[in-house]
Amino acid sequence: MTLSALLLRALGVLLLLAGVGYALPSWMQFMLTMAMANGLVSLGIVLLMRGGVVAFGQGLMSAIGGYAAALVFLRWGVTDAVLLAMLGGTSAMLITAPFAPLLARYRGIFFSMLTLALSMVGYGLLVKTESLGGSDGFNMGRVTLFGQALADNEVRFGLYVITLVLTLVSAVLARIYFLSSRGLVTRAVRDNELRVEYLGGSVSQTMSLNFVLAAFLGGMGGALAVMALGHIDPNFSYWTTSGEFVFVAILAGSQSVVAVMLSSLVLEMVRSFSSAYFPNTWQLALGIFLLLVIRFMPLGLGSLWSKTEKPSEKQS
Amino acid sequence: MNLALTIVIDGVTYASWLFIVALGLTLVFGVLKILNIAHGSFYALGAYVTATLVSLAASWALPPAMSLVAMLLAAVLVAVLVAPLTERGLLRFFYGRDEVLLVLVTYAMFLMMEDLTKLIWGANPFYVSEPYGMFGNIDIGTQTYVGYDFMLVALAVVVGLAVWWGLNRTRFGKIVTAVIHSAEVASSMGIQVSRVYMVAFAVGIFLAALGGAFTAPMLSVQPGLSVGVIIISFAVVIIGGLGSIEGAAIGALIVGLARALAVHVWPVAELFSVYLVMALVLMFRPQGLFQRIQARKI
Amino acid sequence: MSDALLLHAQGLNKQFGAVVAAQDVNVRVKTGERVSLIGSNGAGKTTFVNMITGYVRADSGSIALGGTDISRMNPRQITRMGVARSFQIPQLYPSMTVLENMLVALACHENRLSTWLPAATSARVLRADEVLSRFSLLKHRDRLVSELPGGLRKLIDIALAMTGAPRLLLLDEPTSGVAAEEKFPMMDTIMLALEGQALTVLFVEHDMDIVNRYCDRVVAFYSGRIIADDVPSVALAQTDVRRYVTGERLPEDAPHA
Repeated sequence: MTLSALLLRALGVLLLLAGVGYALPSWMQFMLTMAMANGLVSLGIVLLMRGGVVAFGQGLMSAIGGYAAALVFLRWGVTDAVLLAMLGGTSAMLITAPFAPLLARYRGIFFSMLTLALSMVGYGLLVKTESLGGSDGFNMGRVTLFGQALADNEVRFGLYVITLVLTLVSAVLARIYFLSSRGLVTRAVRDNELRVEYLGGSVSQTMSLNFVLAAFLGGMGGALAVMALGHIDPNFSYWTTSGEFVFVAILAGSQSVVAVMLSSLVLEMVRSFSSAYFPNTWQLALGIFLLLVIRFMPLGLGSLWSKTEKPSEKQS
Repeated sequence: MNLALTIVIDGVTYASWLFIVALGLTLVFGVLKILNIAHGSFYALGAYVTATLVSLAASWALPPAMSLVAMLLAAVLVAVLVAPLTERGLLRFFYGRDEVLLVLVTYAMFLMMEDLTKLIWGANPFYVSEPYGMFGNIDIGTQTYVGYDFMLVALAVVVGLAVWWGLNRTRFGKIVTAVIHSAEVASSMGIQVSRVYMVAFAVGIFLAALGGAFTAPMLSVQPGLSVGVIIISFAVVIIGGLGSIEGAAIGALIVGLARALAVHVWPVAELFSVYLVMALVLMFRPQGLFQRIQARKI
Repeated sequence: MSDALLLHAQGLNKQFGAVVAAQDVNVRVKTGERVSLIGSNGAGKTTFVNMITGYVRADSGSIALGGTDISRMNPRQITRMGVARSFQIPQLYPSMTVLENMLVALACHENRLSTWLPAATSARVLRADEVLSRFSLLKHRDRLVSELPGGLRKLIDIALAMTGAPRLLLLDEPTSGVAAEEKFPMMDTIMLALEGQALTVLFVEHDMDIVNRYCDRVVAFYSGRIIADDVPSVALAQTDVRRYVTGERLPEDAPHA
């Protein structure tokens, strides 16, 4: 579809979801906000999956973004939600950028293990850094929206709308990116790196860029999550957190941003309701679900409505 | 001087059970090409079954030495009952698929087993610490060390030698080695690869459960055990080299000593130092210290 | 056909462990020539192609393309210099359509890959369609590559190499795996597509009929050395070539009574 049609559709979704959100109880707004914030982090994984690698380190990115936002809030008194979100994304991106070309050269298990290791390095550092609250982390207060301080319930809704807007903007930009030459070559890298090099394209540059973009999304998602939670701790960077982001990305598949958000919502709902209703079986359910998706819907939920891709064969 | 000795003993003790567990992990990867995230879950299972058996033994007023038998039995039970079920009932449907995909399958297994252990044993911690005092204490210099820890070191050596001998000196071991090098070629030579997979997986799981069984007296057996174990086991096999026995041993020693050093000298580094080494190894020598599997790098 | 030298490989040597893949290989190719590289498996043809395309670096010797030394360049740099190759086993993007494959080639050929401008610009699609039509592939443009048969894949492989308007095209066994009766029509299609493109072509071939019919010159390899370098009628008649390449049983090689 054309750019204007895409923008119109996004605007329509924004108005619809904002309107619906207004009518929802506060805890639901919170859940949707978390779902989108975490969905953004998983979107970063999707960007890299389109290039053929599975990143197990987005937890680190969300931690960098989250800690950056929380620190700036507490130490420098920056309270604007949008600014903090952008700061979160930018800090994760800047920290990652120097390492991106190195990381971009790895594939398969080694890429996954390397990102996993870095996620744990982040966790290990954060837990032992007392000035950042150590393993307890620390709290942050209420954010402001465009200079306005708001009451508690208004902040919830305000943050919901901000997150919604940022998510939709990211979705539109992601769509544009997927259709761009860099986005197309990313898919080519997954299918056949050798041929990309032989056609004059740079695999390293392409994957570095994807890595940096994924870092931004991870950092922004982390910042939004921290603002919604009011709290940050090193667990953001623990490997199981990174694993959950991967879970959502696998569930969603790499073709549809909507699928990523929906999958994130599924996880969020299961997590939210689990402690009350099924504390000892929700992980079991997730595990079974993941297996079913891997076995029967390897392209993820997104393949249910985007029939553009076939599973890529491995070139011998 | 005393500090150095403490660090070495601490490090080697930690390395012992870590070696046993990592050996299982590296074996499963070497043979089946599966990096098993749920490996830690089998460790936890070993610990839980041990807790049950040891308390059973205590309630039957069996002699304390029977706890060791209970631990061994726990590992055997896990390997004989759970491993084939997992391998035949689940994993084999995904053989031949992408390595990372298999990691995701084992991740799903990990999630499932977390809850399964909670459903069977509940969420409260078990303490099965009596066996820890079985070997008394040993005084070296001005420090007192627990005899059990030295038993662990001995166990690790025995296990390492047993696996080495099994792979290099037995006929079946040669067959397994063939499969490690190429399942396809082995199969075309008439080797029943599926049987090798099943046995290798069972042995790997046995080792994980053995590690869990023998460390149960040293910790509180509770949900979440698997989470920490698997990640540090990954560090060991990556540092040592996937699929290598010597690598598992050296990797475990490096991790154990690094950790002991950090704990006693620079506590801040305790957690991240291990993973930093893992990341550095991946960046500069991805095949680990003992080359077996080639890193996929451009 | 001009007299200008496009490719000049001098004194190339390459050893892989104990295997001598290239021994003092000298090849001169003039602009516009159609040269065929022949030799049995392991004779050194593929190593030669790999050295020219930067996949393998020669132990010693030099390779010059239009006067520029390309001996130390990597595949990407050499591609940018105007060298393109096709592969014995087609190297394509199976999960993407034929058109998308072409778009990747076109996008890669331009030096800047955009993160927001669409890949499928009308200019690119036009150019892609143009190349596809020369290979009679236009009707398959929206089909997934993974669904296409081997012969079409080979053509797409070559079409991809063509998109960057290269100066030198290397075809690695373009008709291998193709049924005997399909070989000539396929080569006709390829040669027709190359017509008027100011292209110099090197192709590795095993089929001597193809060699005879489509090339100006033959370079024969054996054990890493070049044993013949001449027009087909002369080169293919040489004793060594008949013995080591085309596999004829020569009377002088018969066991003595």
